[in-house]
Formats: sequence, structure tokens, C-alpha cells
Amino acid sequence: MSANVKFARPARSNFAGFDKILLAAVAALLVIGTLLVYAGTREWFRSNDLDPEYYLKRHVLNILIGGLLAYGTTLIDYRLLRAYTPFVWGAGVLGLILVLVIGSTVNSAKAWLSFPGGFQLQPAELAKVSIIVGMAMVLAERKDLRGDPTDSDVAKSLLVAAIPVGLILLQPDLGTVLIISAAVVAMIGASGAPIRWVVGLILLAIAGGFAAVQTGVVSEYQVNRLQSFIDPAADPQLSGYQLRQARITIGSGGLLGKGLFDGPQTNGRFVPEQQTDFIFTVAGETLGFVGSSLILMLYSIIFFRAFVIARRTTDLFGRLVCVGVIAWFVFQTFENIGMTMGLMPMTGVPLPFLSYGGSSMFANLIGVGLLQNVHVRSR
Amino acid sequence: MSAKSRLSLIVFQTLVVSLVLALFGRLFYIQVLDSDRYQIAAVSIQSRDIVTPAVRGAITDINGVPMVVDLPGLAVSISRVDLDKQEDQGVSVIAKIASIFNLEYADVFQRTRLCGELPKDNRAGCWNGTRYQPIPIIGNAAKEDALRIMENSDQFPGIEVASIPIRSYPSLSGENVAHVLGYVGAVSDEDLRNPEFNYYRSEVVGKAGLEVQYNDYLRGIPGVRTVLVNRKEVVTKQSKNIKAIAGNNLITNIDAKLQAATEEALKRAVLRARSGGYRGDAGSAIVLEIKTGRVLAMASYPTYDPTIWQRGLTVKQATDLFSEKTGVPALSRSIQGLFAPASTFKTISAIAADNAGYDLNGVYNCPAFVEIGTRTFKNFGSVGAGRINMEQAMAISCDSIWYQIAYDEWVRDGGLKPKANANDHFFKAAAAFGIGKSTGIDLPSEAVGRLPDREWKQRWYENNKDFFCDYRNQAKKADLTPYLIEIARENCLDGNKVRAGDAVNFSIGQGDTLVTPLKLAQIYAAIANNGTYYQPQVARAIVDQDGVVIKDFKPIVAGKVDVKQSTWDFLKRSLRAVVTRGTGAGSFAGLPIEVSGKTGTAEVFGRNLDGSAKDDTSWFASYGPTANPKYAVVMMVSQGGFGSSTSGVGVREIYQTLLAPGNEIFPKGVPSAIPKVDFKAVAKVKVDPTGVKINGSKLK
Repeated sequence: MSANVKFARPARSNFAGFDKILLAAVAALLVIGTLLVYAGTREWFRSNDLDPEYYLKRHVLNILIGGLLAYGTTLIDYRLLRAYTPFVWGAGVLGLILVLVIGSTVNSAKAWLSFPGGFQLQPAELAKVSIIVGMAMVLAERKDLRGDPTDSDVAKSLLVAAIPVGLILLQPDLGTVLIISAAVVAMIGASGAPIRWVVGLILLAIAGGFAAVQTGVVSEYQVNRLQSFIDPAADPQLSGYQLRQARITIGSGGLLGKGLFDGPQTNGRFVPEQQTDFIFTVAGETLGFVGSSLILMLYSIIFFRAFVIARRTTDLFGRLVCVGVIAWFVFQTFENIGMTMGLMPMTGVPLPFLSYGGSSMFANLIGVGLLQNVHVRSR
Repeated sequence: MSAKSRLSLIVFQTLVVSLVLALFGRLFYIQVLDSDRYQIAAVSIQSRDIVTPAVRGAITDINGVPMVVDLPGLAVSISRVDLDKQEDQGVSVIAKIASIFNLEYADVFQRTRLCGELPKDNRAGCWNGTRYQPIPIIGNAAKEDALRIMENSDQFPGIEVASIPIRSYPSLSGENVAHVLGYVGAVSDEDLRNPEFNYYRSEVVGKAGLEVQYNDYLRGIPGVRTVLVNRKEVVTKQSKNIKAIAGNNLITNIDAKLQAATEEALKRAVLRARSGGYRGDAGSAIVLEIKTGRVLAMASYPTYDPTIWQRGLTVKQATDLFSEKTGVPALSRSIQGLFAPASTFKTISAIAADNAGYDLNGVYNCPAFVEIGTRTFKNFGSVGAGRINMEQAMAISCDSIWYQIAYDEWVRDGGLKPKANANDHFFKAAAAFGIGKSTGIDLPSEAVGRLPDREWKQRWYENNKDFFCDYRNQAKKADLTPYLIEIARENCLDGNKVRAGDAVNFSIGQGDTLVTPLKLAQIYAAIANNGTYYQPQVARAIVDQDGVVIKDFKPIVAGKVDVKQSTWDFLKRSLRAVVTRGTGAGSFAGLPIEVSGKTGTAEVFGRNLDGSAKDDTSWFASYGPTANPKYAVVMMVSQGGFGSSTSGVGVREIYQTLLAPGNEIFPKGVPSAIPKVDFKAVAKVKVDPTGVKINGSKLK
């Protein structure tokens, strides 16, 4: 434990100390997301004689659990968190190893740990938190804190990221790897490390991605998804179908949308997985350009507030955590929404705060908790 | 915070802003600028059109008696897509269906194969539509069989039973009319893609005969119910319901009774030819109204039962329809059969001779044979008749008079070195009657025939020169006889020239001249009508369900042969003489009605499938009554032997019905007014579902 850790104030954490704007924006997205999940599943479940509120209930439960986790995250002074960092990181890696051994396969990826009672956990989601906190610690907790991180500091931090990333690649879950990579590069850049690392890593990512496709390391379904992004008509039955349907669904929403429960594309469930990865299509059709823009605006507010928190904190660890979380949120949001609109290739990543799914919801809210934690303790 | 750290934070912020802006831009483009396109795409994804076929219009005879009418039938169809999904590819379901309806498994199986899937020589009975259309197996299932399927639908995956209107043939007078009516079938892929037609997949469209000629009137407009579906194709909402509009009805000029009698007479003529030792493979009989061109009856032999299309075509039926062995029953001889007119052409030769200055009242020598160049042209039967007048020559059908006249005219026109302005009296007379052109009848796929004049010769030569000039190498071994080699040598030398033999053959309706039976009927109607002839018309009127006339088909003059009245008078005297004392006398003896006509017995080159030489084509072309001609009647029996005994007797039988004293078909003349028809009553006509009678007896 470093000696310059000071306890300026008692470790108090209540809503009074939170960034209210950030809190409000996240809450607004959670409410909208709840409505969208409901709209995306109600008709279908009703027409199949199932409980139309099934997803609604589970989604609300996820939000509540996630909220508690987030609140818990804000309670522990993040400066103390450093002490737990090795354990957080270790737990993340352990989860990733477990999933490779006993995980269940969904969409050709071994990404889920199943528990009795239909409860499932996606360790890769929570590993995002482990990696960000782990890297932040290695980059911030140096012997010599006067200068910027040296090459060996950077190399150490990369090792912290490389082990879980390697395990995620084995699943394989390319989308999550891409998002973590973005966070890694952003954190190294923000740490003040030599700029050649940033440039080098970006080039490495491009070359690696290219080589992976060429040598077949990337599985066939991922290549198919990539091809269907370039030419959606090439594979109309599978991912190309999904992408085309997604774009049609969003486009048909028009300026004002069809109304929350009145989207014929949504109610007919022409876009598969519309309550999870394709939740934005529900927003696009039912809420139109006006509603979708509002969602984008709320994300912008979250990003903006997170940057404010990152700038305000004088503590490098706190700032790096913020930068990591920002990069994670930004790239996951961009990848997901971009995918539904044909800007990005298809990868199975959920949309933060809106998509149905426990692990992702928990991880995202813990991420918000980390931001609030830094905020509370940097005033 | 270090400067480097601050800088990278700014770079990062800029990047985030640009990513967010990219999302905004894309969202704006898709949802605002390009939204219309996606709206349309979404509607096509969500909505399904359920098409109810329209009731197709009826086709009636000249008195409004229905010959085809749409009646409700229980249609059983198979979904090919569903068959393919089954573990055994639908084998067991097909077997079940076949046994219920007493069909052969192989026939039903073939019906569910797309034509494109099968090798070219095994396509009979295949499905001409797409995989996604329901494939009709039977159109008139018995109620108990249909119920058995509907009540146990889980045992019949991919099988659908629906009540749909189907083409039904009341055959109230025992008429068949298959070739005139044609038939309907599933809309083709090509037509489906044609935006002009706006067809629906489940529609039936005319495929042959009147059904295709007047398809646009008969078709009606299918009803469309648009529903919204979800991804599982479950209907969630109905958005639009447009009722089907029944098609309009077609009233024809065919008289069902006369048609039945004509078919019967034709069939008897064919059988007569066969019992006389001829092959008698096919035939045609036609009755036209002279002063309008209306087609009152038109028969073709062999024929087929038009209901086979509804009852589930077997592979054998599908093969037989187009098989040479069974005489290609699908072919309408009346408009698609091409034959040399033989002696029936001599009326035209007489006009040519008159135009060339020969005296039709003069006396000519009719020797047993005429030698032209190195070839000997024999008179019919190789007997001469001495010096006779032209009328007698027509009556007894002397050939050798024409050999001499045609040869003299050929020499006069320059022989093998034709003059630039050759008279070509024979070709011109034939052209005036429209030989080599279609009659213009309102039926599809009419054959045009052939006028082998100088231009045709030239074209023919250019197309075949290479073959004749390299005959020894290109001909089949069997055709390398000295005689054929010599002909090939001659053809190579001057095959583009009209030679003496060509001119001589042309004058007696032999050689390369070809006409359809309908064309010959038009020619004889022209002669009876002093030169003016009409486009033959089957349609009389298009009338809607309430009897309102949509379209009234008026006679259309097709041409006029300009000849002096004395020449027409000569022809009429001659054609009467044929029947009273000439080649037709025996066949018409004792007929209480006065008619006029001409026999024709055409030599045919070529061989049958079994290698035997082809028998002569038997013709009789006529009009009647002689004093006041109203009807042109033509019969042709291919490989039928003599014109008189086969076709002459057949034509006589038609007149016996048409002009039966005291019991004429048209006692007050052919009705000119459009009949008032109660189409609601027509729609309730009783039809024997087991099939149509043909010539009084049921076709198996």
C-alpha cells in the first residue's frame, strides 16, 4: 500500500455526493431500457401464451441487483480498492477459466456459466471491470510517480490485460475483446505513457485482426458476420438477414416512431434477439428519430460527465479507471448501435443500460459505481 | 496531470465526440432522409396477401349454351417446400394421396417435380411453376376424400384442400371443342415477373386456345386479403380486404350442336379412311359463315378430354398429348396442320389461267401424261380424258391440262432465266387469296402456310445451298441413293430457280405449297362470296356477369380477290359439277340439298415413324347452299386416301346436320344478335365430374 494514500474525508457515500447529472442520465436510460425490453417481448410472449411481463420482471430485477452492486462499489473508497485489486483481477480470471471448462455454448461461443434455477453469468462482462481496475493499479502504483510510466510499466499493465483477453479470445467473444482493447489503449494513452505504445497497439490490433481472419483463428461464424456486414445480401438467412431486418426496423420508425407498443416490426419480432443485442431497433421503430436521438443524447451526457470526473480527479488511478470505463462504454455503445444501423460489423455485444441481460447490466452499473466513487472522492 | 496525459485525454474526447456524431448522422439518414424506403421494405416484410381466385368467365356457344364454366371444386394441392422438409422428402404423403384419389404414385410424384429439375426427355407431367406455388394435384376431389384429408391434416403434412372455382365442361350437346377452348394452367414464372400482367402466384391463366386469346377478359381480378404476420407467419391483424371480381364471359360463334356433329363426322371420316386401309392419322373439319367469317364449328382429330387438366394429369396423358405415336392430340390441325391443297387449288389455277388469257369456256386436251423436259407428269390415275371443256376438267379434276398451261406460262415468263417483270399469274392468284399468310383467326399459334414463289425459292436456296452442294458428306447414309444425289446436284446448281417441275406442281396444289384447313375454308368462302373474304372469328362478344356487352366482335374483311364476274360464275358452275357429275358425285348422290365443292387428294412425301410411306391427304372443300352460299365447309383427313370417299362423305354428313331440310341448325340464318344469357343460371349448370363425352362416348 502506498504511503501517500490520504483519507481527506470519512469514507462516506450517499446520493448527496454523487454526480446528479450522471445519475439522472443513467436512470433515464434504465427506465427507457425497461420500457423497450417490455415492448420488445410483450406481444410475442402474449401470442405464445406466455407471461408477457416475463422479461420485464427479470429486467427490473437485474437493474435492482445491478443498482445494489453499483451502490456497493461507491461505498468502498476506490483508493482502498487498490488493495483488493489483485483479488478482483484474480476472480475475473478464474471466472474466465471456469467458463472455458464448464461453460455453456450460445451462438457458437462458450461464454456462459449456468447456475441452478436458470441463472446465468457471463464472466467476460465482469472481467471488463477486473481488467480496468487491474491496469489502472499497475499504471498508477509505480515506484517513481514523478514521471510518466516507463516502457516496463506499460508492458506490465499489458500483461494484466493480456491474460483475461486471451481467455476471452478462446471462447471466442471477439466483440468483448475489441471493447477491452479500446479501453486498454485509452488507459495507456491517458497514463502519459510513451505515445509509440498507443500507435503501436492500434497497428497491432489492425494487423492482428487481419491475420486472425486470414489464418482462420477467428471462427467461421465471425467471418460470416463480417461478410454479411460488407454485403448483407450475401447471407440473407443468418446474420445478413438480421442486419437487414435491423436497419429496416429502425428506418421504418421515421421521425416520430410508431408508438412504444405499436411497432409492427417489433411486435412481429422480425429482428431476432431484439430485447438483448438489438434493443436499439425497438427504440428506432417505436420511438423514431426523436426518441432515438434522446437516447443518444443521454449517452452523450454520460460520456461528458465521465470526462468531467476524469479531468477533475487529481489521482492518476482514479482518472485511469474513469478513462477505462469511458472507453468501454463508448466503444460498446458505438459498436452496438453502429451494428444495428449498418455502420459496424455484427458482434454480439449488448447495449449498455438498455439491453436485457444480467451480467452486462451488473458490469455496466458497477462501471457507473466506479465513476461515482471517483467523483465522490475527488471533490 | 502530465501534459502527455492531458493531451491524450483531449484526443480521446475528440474521438468520442466524432463517434457520437457519426451515430447521430447515421440515425438521421436512416430515419429521416431514407425512411420511405425502409417503410416500404417493412410493409413487405410484415404483410401477406392472401389471394382468392376470381371466378373465371364462362365460354358459351352462339346461343349462350355454356361450353366451359367455372364451378366450385375441391382442389387438393401439395406444397413442394413442405415436402422437402419432411424426412422422407414427402414420399409417404404422396403415396397416401395417390391411393386416396386412385392415382398412380409415379404420376403424383412427377407432378411435384419442377420441370427444371428433370432431364429434358423426362419432363412430361412435370410442374411448370415454382417451388413456392401450391401444386394442384386434383381439382374436383370427392367430398368425402377431401374431408378425410382436412380432418386428419396432421397425417397429411404439406397437403392442402381448398374450395376453388375450376374449369368445368358441361358438354350439353356432346361437343368436345378442346382445341378451340384451349385450357388453363398455373401462371408461369416469366408471367409472374411481368409487371404488365400483375399476376398472383395462385392464379390460373389461359395456356392455349380461347383461354389464352381472351385471357384478359376471362381472368377477372382476384380478391386480396392483406394481413399482418409475425416472424412465425402467424396472422396478427387484417389490414385490407378486396373482394374478387368475376371475369367476363365469352360468347363464341361456335354452335355446340353443329360442333358436335362436325366432330362426329370428322371422327367417322377418319375411321372410314382406316377401314379403307389408310393410316388416317389426323383430321380437321371447319364450318365458316361465308359473309362474316364467323367460325361456326371447328374440329380437330385426334382430340383429348379437356378435363384431364383438372383431374390430375398422369404422366401417360401428358406424354400422349404431344406424342407422335398418339397423333399429337394437343395439336389443332385446323389452324396448325400444314398440308398441300392438291386439286382444291385448281380453282385458283383457273383464275390464273383466265388472267393469263386462256378461255375458260374453251376445250383442252386432257392426256394421260405430259412430258416436260426429261420428266413425265402423269394425269391422276394415268388415264386421259381426251378433249374436254374446262368445266368438265374441273369436275373430273384433270391434272394434265394444268401441266400444259403452267408449263407454257413458265416458258412465257422466261423459264430458267425469268424476265424481270414476269407475269407469275399462278403465284399472284394464290397470293390474292392470302396463301402464305395467316387467316387472322382469333386463336393463338396459327401456322401461316407457304407460298413457294420466286422469293421463297431464293430464301430456301440460300438456307439449304450448303447442304445440297455437300450432299455426299452431309446427308444420312440411307439418303445416298442415285436419285436423291441427282436431285441434290440439281438443287445445288440452280435450286434458287423456279423450275418447270415446280411451276407444274404448283398449278395442281402440289410441291411446296402448304395451307392449313382453315386457310382453305377461307379460300372457298372467298370463291362463294365473289372474292371478298373475312378474318375467321371464334369470338362473338364479351359480356359481363349481368349480360352487359363489353365488346362486340364485328366481321373484319381480310381481303378481296379481284376477278371478273364471269370467272366466279365459271368456278361456281364447275364446283357444282364436281358434286353432280365429277369426282364428288358418288359421295353426294341423293343429298337433298344443293352444295358445291372440290375434292383434293394430295401426295405426301416423307415417312411414318414405322418407315412406311405416307398416305395421301384427303380434302374436300365446299360451300352451300349452291344457290345462295352461306357456309364454307372443309374437311381434311391426313393420310386419309381419296378426297371424295373420306372427306367428301364427311362434308356431306356435316351438311346433313347443318342444312337438314326442316331441321336446319340455323333455320332463320346464323343469328346476328348477341344472345341474352343468364350467367347466374349458367353458373349452376350440372357437369358430370367424371369427364367429358367425346363424340358421344366417354374418353377414358
